[in-house]
Parts: sequence; C-alpha cells; structure tokens
Amino acid sequence: MLSRLVFVSANALKSSGPLGAGLVQASRSLQTSSQSLAPVPPLPEKGGKTRHGIIPEELFQFLYPKTGVTGPYMLGTGLLVYMLSKEIYVINHETFVAASIGGVFIYAVKKFGPQVAAFADKLNEEKVAKAQEVKDLAMTSLTQAIEEEKKEQWRVEGRSMLFDAKRNNVAMILETNYRERLHMVTNEVKRRLDYQIALQDLHRRAHMSHSIFHNKINLNCTQFPKNDIKITSIAKCITDLKALAKATQAKATV
Amino acid sequence: MLCFPGALTQRRLGQVTLRELPDWLVLKSPRRPRDAIDMVQRGWQWYYRRYIDVKKGGVGGVAMLLAGYCVLSYVWTYPHLKRDRWRKYH
Repeated sequence: MLSRLVFVSANALKSSGPLGAGLVQASRSLQTSSQSLAPVPPLPEKGGKTRHGIIPEELFQFLYPKTGVTGPYMLGTGLLVYMLSKEIYVINHETFVAASIGGVFIYAVKKFGPQVAAFADKLNEEKVAKAQEVKDLAMTSLTQAIEEEKKEQWRVEGRSMLFDAKRNNVAMILETNYRERLHMVTNEVKRRLDYQIALQDLHRRAHMSHSIFHNKINLNCTQFPKNDIKITSIAKCITDLKALAKATQAKATV
Repeated sequence: MLCFPGALTQRRLGQVTLRELPDWLVLKSPRRPRDAIDMVQRGWQWYYRRYIDVKKGGVGGVAMLLAGYCVLSYVWTYPHLKRDRWRKYH
C-alpha cells in the first residue's frame, strides 16, 4: 500500500517539479522512454508476492521441494548467525539506531497501512471515474451523432419521393386550372346561346300573341253573319288557327 | 532432466547449467557503456512493473528497495566499520 501511495503521488510530483521522491521521478521518466501500445493494457491487480514485506515469495517456492516449509527460515537464521559470529555484520551504536527505526517503520506500516491503502485507492478511483465520465460522455455524444446522421440519411432517401409529390402537386394545379378555364368557356358559350334562344323565344311569342290577337279579331268579325253555321265556322276557325299556329311554329324554328 | 533450448545466447539465468555459467556470463556482460545502461534500465523496468506499477501494491515494492539500499550502503561502509571496531576493541 505504500507503493500505491507512491504511485498516486507520482503524478502529483511530476507536475510539481522538485524531486520529492527521486526514485518515483526516475521511474516515471524511464517509463516514458519505453515503447507504448495504443490500447494500453490494464494494470495487474496485485504485484509480486513478498513474505514479511521484503523477501520475495519465489525464494520460498524455490526451496520448498528440497527443504520444505522451514528451509528458507533456517537458511536465514544460519546466515545471520554466521555473519554475527564472524563479525561480518558489526554490532555498534548504528545497530540500535537501525533497530529502532526498523521497529517504528514496521509499527507504522502495521497500524496505518490499511488506511493509507484505502485513501490511495479512493484517489485512484476518483481519477478513473473522472476519466470514465469523460469517455462515457464522448461515447453518448458520438452515438447520438451517429443516430442523427442515420436519420439524415433516411431523410435524404425520401427526397425523391418529395420531388414526385411536388410534381404531382404541380400537375394537379395545372389540371385544375385547365378545368376551371374549360368550365368558364362552357359557361360563357352557354350564356350566349341561352341569350340567343331567349331572343328567338321572345320573337316567337311576340309573333304568336300578335297573330292570335289578329286571328281573334278576324274570328270575331267572321262569326256574326250566320247562326246555324256557327259550329261549323267555329270548327273551321279552330282548324285555321291550328294551321296558322303550325305555320308560325315552323317559321319560328326555322 | 530438463532439456534447455539450443543457443547459449538466448537462455535466461534459470535455464543455464552450472557448467555453462562462466561462458554465459561472458556472453551477457555489457560490451559498451550503452549496453550497461540498457541492462540497468531493463532491470528497473522489470522490477517496477512487477512490484510497484500495480493496482493494489503492497509495502514490498518500496520496502525491498529500502532494504536493498540499506544492505548496499552497509557493504560500501564495511571497510570503515571494520577498522572502526578494531580501533575501539583492539
């Protein structure tokens, strides 16, 4: 979890400038020089395992087939006793300093380790969440743009139909205009013909009424002289009128 | 026993037999300073990626570096410590 904090602070230190943790700076600068892949693979969840914090697990696995579980511990004890007895490791005042510093370090790690780990995890998660948010926003906006683009394409497809509809509209308007004018023409012609007919009708009626009037007078004058031949003369008058009417009708229709 | 791949140059340390060890060391030793720097960088990259550049790292990543620093500085000051002890307790 210390390395977690180191990793989290690396970004802050890089921007701040001063070499607070020199090794972090070195690691960052060295890392940028290596080759980078475009879709960066995700970080591994857990690092290499270590036992008691400083001895890699691989040593224990390496010695397990030959010496069992206690092998590495015996090796460590033997090495320590050898170095102490041969005074390869000299005990002086610095030993006590180192021991006390080591003790404080171990106590601090044991006590505050999980809290620091949780804090670093929270920072990491916040960063990841922010990046994820940006990515999600970009994704949604892009998908929306794709949708709208598809809609526009669909609309373009209907353009030919639009032109057909417009053409139909224009044709209909032309047709309506033509028919309107046709109606107007027929109406006008009919009006003129009606006028002529009415005129002829008037002429005929005038003729008929005039002739009837004249015939009536003639009939009244011719009726007086003979009584016994009144009926025959009336009949003769009626037939004469009919003939006259027929003649005028023929003249009118002509 | 286990059969190792052919050429001596391509094997890693775990695959080299004891008999071939000196030749392998001569083969892998850096010839130019550039090679030495490259080796150091590769080693550091391996360590960094394995122990520090992970989502949930432990104390081991940094603690091993500190322990190594302690050991290395003791090794470098050992001659002085040796003479110091002889001076005090001769």
